[in-house]
Amino acid sequence: MLGPGIAAYLILSVVLFATGAFGVLIRRSPLIILLALELMLNAGNLALIAFSRQLGNGDGQIFALTVMVVAAAEAVLGLGLIVAVSRKRVELDVDKLTTLSG
Amino acid sequence: MPLEAPVEVMLAASAGNVLVWVVWVVAALALLSSGIAVVLFTNPFYSALSLIGNLASLAVLYLLLSGEFVAGAQVIVYAGAIVIMFVFVLAYLGGRADAPWAGGPTLQAAAAVVAAAAIALEVIVVIALAAGDQLSDTAEVTGAFGSPAEIGDLFLSDHLLAFEATSIVLLVAAVGGVILGSAMPQRSKAGAD
Repeated sequence: MLGPGIAAYLILSVVLFATGAFGVLIRRSPLIILLALELMLNAGNLALIAFSRQLGNGDGQIFALTVMVVAAAEAVLGLGLIVAVSRKRVELDVDKLTTLSG
Repeated sequence: MPLEAPVEVMLAASAGNVLVWVVWVVAALALLSSGIAVVLFTNPFYSALSLIGNLASLAVLYLLLSGEFVAGAQVIVYAGAIVIMFVFVLAYLGGRADAPWAGGPTLQAAAAVVAAAAIALEVIVVIALAAGDQLSDTAEVTGAFGSPAEIGDLFLSDHLLAFEATSIVLLVAAVGGVILGSAMPQRSKAGAD
């Protein structure tokens, strides 16, 4: 294989995953949290495709495509929830959306 | 066969290697910087736009890993559909600014940095321990690896169940999106009061 080995792709994927996790933890706007979640899903996809290439087995790519579909469904439902919450004239801030907490 | 032919082939291969390295470094830098930009931009609209850069550089990396179909699907599904949906919702909601460091460095921010670094370290250590010695030998693949034909073949033979379940997931998500997005009926508002 030309270029860097699989380990370089995996380190890239881990750093991207950590960036996404950091975003989920630090941001208050649910929209940005959804964007950071997409970063984490993409990091997982990168690792799947890197391992798929390393093993020469296409199953990892199938898994990555399925993850993509789940990410699309998750974005639809997450954005639908955010729009529904904003219709209630509630401020979009995950620190203040505490009605459901015990 | 002239003697210098293998040397020329080797030179061409090493030139290709350098080119792949350059593309990889550019894509990796774009990937990490746009990922950090998504997380740190105050304006959510800019965050959504930097996600497009993130997805594009990921598509380049997928191409380097000979995943042509996944790279194409990545651009179409993510940049074409998901980010557009985000931008529409941002336009609908007005995209209020939300500073990631509002109120100065708090305990929560410090804990987030520590937690993210811990996740990264943990995964790197586990992968290095479990597969560190196997990562250097990469399988040889043919040109068909990752092509639409092979992906379609796998989806319709070994992974038919996942393929069919995917359609149900998408249908349920579409119905759920319509239900969540449609206006709430009047009686539920009266009941809440």
